[in-house]
Amino acid sequence: MKHIKTLNDKTLNMTVKKGGCGECQTSCQSACKTSCTVGNQECENKKR
Amino acid sequence: MIHLFRNSGFDIVLDVNSAAVHLVDEMTARVLRILLDRKDTYGSEELAEPELAREVAEELDQDPELIAEILGELSELTAVGRLFSKDPYEALVPKVMDNKTVVKALCLNIAHDCNLACRYCFAEEGEYHGRRGLMSAETGKKALDFLVRASGSRRNLEVDFFGGEPLLAFDAIKEIVAYGRELEKKHDKLFRFTMTTNGVLLNREVEEFANREMANVVLSLDGRKEVNDRMRPFRGGQGSYDLIVPKLQSMARARDGKQYYLRGTFTSQNLDFVKDIEHFYDLGFRELSMEPVVTDDPQFMITEDNIAQIKDEYDRLVQLMREKKDAGDPFRFFHFMIDLDGGPCVYKRMSGCGAGTEYLAVTPWGELYPCHQFVGQEEFLLGNVEDGITNDEVSRRFKSVNLYTKDACRSCFAKFCCGGGCMANAYQSSGRIDGDYEIGCELERKRVECAIALKAFGSEEG
Repeated sequence: MKHIKTLNDKTLNMTVKKGGCGECQTSCQSACKTSCTVGNQECENKKR
Repeated sequence: MIHLFRNSGFDIVLDVNSAAVHLVDEMTARVLRILLDRKDTYGSEELAEPELAREVAEELDQDPELIAEILGELSELTAVGRLFSKDPYEALVPKVMDNKTVVKALCLNIAHDCNLACRYCFAEEGEYHGRRGLMSAETGKKALDFLVRASGSRRNLEVDFFGGEPLLAFDAIKEIVAYGRELEKKHDKLFRFTMTTNGVLLNREVEEFANREMANVVLSLDGRKEVNDRMRPFRGGQGSYDLIVPKLQSMARARDGKQYYLRGTFTSQNLDFVKDIEHFYDLGFRELSMEPVVTDDPQFMITEDNIAQIKDEYDRLVQLMREKKDAGDPFRFFHFMIDLDGGPCVYKRMSGCGAGTEYLAVTPWGELYPCHQFVGQEEFLLGNVEDGITNDEVSRRFKSVNLYTKDACRSCFAKFCCGGGCMANAYQSSGRIDGDYEIGCELERKRVECAIALKAFGSEEG
């Protein structure tokens, strides 16, 4: 494309099928404790 | 839904439902602005209509062929579900609601006591609306037993030693961790212990223990000496900076690649908090977090009047991160971390922090609360470590909150990044756990834009 550059390959809907295992870290256990930042957690699903 | 924004010289489009991120040139941004002025969403075929290209070209006074080419690219992305994509997730809500609740993380409030008297402390210097006290090793062990019982088949379990100041109960921490290691073998679990400390009691023994046993250590400091000492004094009023900084530096050095965060809090009194972040950097710390204060004290609380300045500070922070990266010695900022190609699945993003369901706080006496911020508020008492969750009504209330139960989230571009935000903040602001904390939302949206802009810089570098 000449006018648009897409920065990522994967899309969120790809996670519907294999998501939901719950093995990932709880967001508040990392460094916040007073707000909520979910998007920066890592996925820990080995089967994904 | 798409979100078009400009940051650090980039025109960026976030397609909210697919989470696709596109860098667009200036003319494409202008075309999109015209499209969005007309309506929120478009189909692929609609974007390819020659009539639309003619209309937009006329409005922009541009060559129709150029506009048709741009609309063609937008149409192509729309056809593959990466622009103007629909929300397919709301249908998953019943599945999320029906999932059996398992607990996977505990915030062990091991010390309802503190050796500092931070002026904004939501834990009331450790008292949490109640009395002072330290958790016994026995209660801590019961908490781990409860976690193993309540976690079902979940293998990764997290336990954060929190307070007050957890190192006031260091002996108990050591005993509890040792017990956790026994439980791991017996039940095929993996405990990730973490600790949040103000640094006053750090010493070589604690460092060695933390490096052996703690997956993450969160170190509290608010920044420049005058800022830190105004907010984080000892009980006698004297500042803590001079005592704790060398200890925190030693701890961070000792981590030697293992995770830590230096975490500060900013208030309305240091809205120039990027200077404090820069100070962290100058002190040698590279893993940084800086949070807006949670308080209703008018002296320190963040108000709507502060938002514009805070947003400018976040932009300054982006520039500072770029400068340090270009100079070959970068640092990380917790709230600007985003993984555009990975990150958590949509189930996690829909259900948020998990407070009251998969994440609970435990008081020194073994009582269970939905999270550390609700501790001591009797109406939220869930049960205790021996009997487990006995107040199902509170548990159900927390489980029922998700992105689709909050009207403000439906139209928010950042919803899949914050998962609906902090329920404690919402409760403090609105009196409802599913209410809104508009200031927090506004700042989160800005942080998401900054985080994506940093990725844009990365893509420019190839």
